[in-house]
Amino acid sequence: MNQADTKNLEQVVIRFAGDSGDGMQVVGSQFTRTSALVGNDLATLPDFPAEIRAPAGTREGVSGFQIQLADHQIFTPGDQADALVALNAAALVTNLGAVRPGGIVIVNTDKFAKLDLDKARLSSNPLEDGTLDGYRVIRAPISTMTKDAVEPLGLKTKEADRCKNFYCLGVVYWLYGRPLDATEAWVRRKFKSPYLEANLAALHAGHAWAETSELFQNHYAIPSASLPSGDYRNITGNMGIALGLAAAAVKSGATVFYGSYPITPASDILHNLAPFKHFGVATFQAEDEIAAVCAAIGASYGGAIGVTGTSGPGLALKAEAVGLALTAELPLVIVDVQRAGPSTGLPTKTEQSDLMQAMYGRNGESPVAVIAASRPNDTFEVALEAVRLSVKYRTPVILLSDGYIANGAEPWTLPDIHAIPRIPIDYAKAEEAETFQPYARDPETLARPWAVPGTPGLEHRIGGLEKQDRTGNVSYDPANHQKMCELRAEKILRMRADIPPTQVHGSADGTLLIGWGSTFGAIRTVTDQLLADGHRIAHVHLRHLNPLPGDLGDVLSRYERVLVPELNLGQLVRLLRDLYLVDARPISKIQGQPFFTSELRARVVAAMA
Amino acid sequence: MSTQPPEYAKKDFMSDQIIRWCPGCGDYSILSQVQTVFSQLGRPKEEFVVISGIGCSSRFPYYMNTYGFHTIHGRAPGFATGLKVTRPELSVWVVTGDGDGLSIGGNHLAHLLRRNVDLNVMLFNNRIYGLTKGQYSPTSEVGKKTKSTPMGSIDNPFNPLAFAIGSGATCVMRSIDVFAQHLRDTLQAADTHRGTSFVEIYQNCNIFNDGAFDAFTDRAVRDDRILYLEHGKPMVWGKTARWGLRLDGLALQVVQLGDDLDESHCLVHDATNRVLATMLADLDGSDGFPVPVGLFYSVQRPTYDGAFGAQIREAKVRLGEGDLHQLLHAGDTWKV
Repeated sequence: MNQADTKNLEQVVIRFAGDSGDGMQVVGSQFTRTSALVGNDLATLPDFPAEIRAPAGTREGVSGFQIQLADHQIFTPGDQADALVALNAAALVTNLGAVRPGGIVIVNTDKFAKLDLDKARLSSNPLEDGTLDGYRVIRAPISTMTKDAVEPLGLKTKEADRCKNFYCLGVVYWLYGRPLDATEAWVRRKFKSPYLEANLAALHAGHAWAETSELFQNHYAIPSASLPSGDYRNITGNMGIALGLAAAAVKSGATVFYGSYPITPASDILHNLAPFKHFGVATFQAEDEIAAVCAAIGASYGGAIGVTGTSGPGLALKAEAVGLALTAELPLVIVDVQRAGPSTGLPTKTEQSDLMQAMYGRNGESPVAVIAASRPNDTFEVALEAVRLSVKYRTPVILLSDGYIANGAEPWTLPDIHAIPRIPIDYAKAEEAETFQPYARDPETLARPWAVPGTPGLEHRIGGLEKQDRTGNVSYDPANHQKMCELRAEKILRMRADIPPTQVHGSADGTLLIGWGSTFGAIRTVTDQLLADGHRIAHVHLRHLNPLPGDLGDVLSRYERVLVPELNLGQLVRLLRDLYLVDARPISKIQGQPFFTSELRARVVAAMA
Repeated sequence: MSTQPPEYAKKDFMSDQIIRWCPGCGDYSILSQVQTVFSQLGRPKEEFVVISGIGCSSRFPYYMNTYGFHTIHGRAPGFATGLKVTRPELSVWVVTGDGDGLSIGGNHLAHLLRRNVDLNVMLFNNRIYGLTKGQYSPTSEVGKKTKSTPMGSIDNPFNPLAFAIGSGATCVMRSIDVFAQHLRDTLQAADTHRGTSFVEIYQNCNIFNDGAFDAFTDRAVRDDRILYLEHGKPMVWGKTARWGLRLDGLALQVVQLGDDLDESHCLVHDATNRVLATMLADLDGSDGFPVPVGLFYSVQRPTYDGAFGAQIREAKVRLGEGDLHQLLHAGDTWKV
């Protein structure tokens, strides 16, 4: 029996790395579910290559998954890993830098033969050449032990080897005191015999080996976090947006039509929505990005809520159609799950570099509303908000998410569905035919009537040519064009009435960190750390980027220093400088990776010096 | 609600907007026939939607007193698809041109046709770019001299009907701007077909490509050059002399009718035969062959909008109306 002591940890960061065919994302998501079910707060970051399966054993084919879990509230997947599980030589050398000195490294020694080292472009064996000095290394022949564990089931060698991810999971479950039952139930649901039995055998063998091998000095427990009471589930950003759109269909009574063309990292929204047909969600996989947005606009024209989802390259292709939607003044939600650009860029890596494209990336004076999710667990709300604004003001709303939010997961407090306000849909009615004018406006919102085909007496023509105010007839009148441009701009500004006052976290003066999108976790963590150290510092995180909250100028003016951390070369910072003449300074990172809290903290501290 | 079919006159479909096509443009005739046909389809006016892209032809919706949407270049099929799948009860008509539909929008047109969305496409083919003032189009003939091709075009042109048939269209027709009655009959047939009806309409641009179709539309020659296709009828034509089509191996052959040959020796048109439709689409009036107009091809296939709606209904039958609370609580949840 292993006499290892149990040590309590407040938080721990664990990283899994292997070939992209090794099932590392499965291990990560299982570890996430189990940790959530035992009540830890957590945040995750998958890190995988764009290629489906680059050649096995190469550095290019390494797929990783990082999770931070804690007994208190956390906002990021953590900076440096306390433990790494590496399934081959390439995974070890590409991920070791992410492990803190003295951290645990569990390494599959079966994948360090000459051939494996060659594939990983290594001239010497890192198990022997001192690479691992300073780490607590657990050498485990995981492939062999997995093969032995599943041997009675008569699987082919290759099939048996594919169970090794569950073997690893068993090891790590023992190390961090996690129960096996949730994963056992999942395996039973997901797999058929004999793979079901094989995966369970591997899981149990890994757990038993860790317990009996006496290689581990300790094992750990991470007590439950004291989170606000409620029902919880884990949520990724792409699932949160899908659920938010389904809720929008239910709460509006209108069909949500989602037209999309597959693109990383947005495709999962389409996958998640396609089975929601019975909620009034219609999904359409179009022939390209342009057809996808055009079909969504066509659906909105017919009285549905048109939504299209994409990433940066797709948003570029949709630009002309978005311009039409804004001048036709029809509802349209465009979800942009940003990825590193320009062009194809780093498709699976995260970035916040589409803000300027969302704001200005169309011909002509073409203002649209822009809002952003800041973490997986606000995506549901943000999707509802995008629909609400779009329908109320009859204008495109661009919802910015990013790869980090889309694929990252964290616990989400399930909302009471009865507390979600209805989304009123007010189509123009046949009774209004006498006085109907397609470009008459609601005095408060400046929205024009939503007169859908099929309504008797409201026949009218719309299009991309400039329209005469009120009548909507084609007009080349110079003064009318100016008026219409101003009206479209004013309509976006009127949305301020729907934006709550800016929430400030921290001190009332001193340094203000202002951000948007997925930098929330890093900025909030750094702010809390510096507040605890006695600094006068505050954090504002913007959900509404166009228009910005009406009180933002006042808030900015109270701080002597305004810093804008962004995963780009400085985009929000330009908007703030432009609109408020404030000497805001950028803190930029553009590496396809989120901020580490340690690096952000260092840069904030340097800027405050 | 009255179940009586509404009684309309052509003027009920005329909008109050000033028409801005050039005087003498073939579009005027097409507009007039469409207005007449719509008034006779026995459908409430509010159910008609005309959707266009960009170009001279695409100004069409402004002149129809129906619902209309003048969209962006080449993309009308996308808008029309989104509208039709969410509102299948509407009568949707896409107006496009040779540039809009076959150049910038070729991709969308192909996908519309293969999906077989139940709507009607009128492609006005004038073999030139009109609104941008006279560049060659994807249906212009090789050697065409225009502003952008002073030494003659070197592009091989598209054959719109072959494009449609190749894309999987279920109904392919052709008519001509100046053949008023034929055009009306063709549009009536387009309305009747369930699925995408593709109608190529030869349209004269009297400014940039005047007389492009004179060789077979001129009153003096048309009866000797035009073959009116009708399903189940022998393919014969001609006034000064009678001609017919026969099969010679795997190719069409023109024969003169007379003492030895009569209609019974000629090929009977079978509009369900895709190979025959393709051969007919290739006839361009050269080598003694006629220019066919009318119904080239028509078959029944499930419509996209029909299948789209059926899946939604089936999901509701199988799973019941969606329960949002259940959806959010699906999978692993826990209480704190």
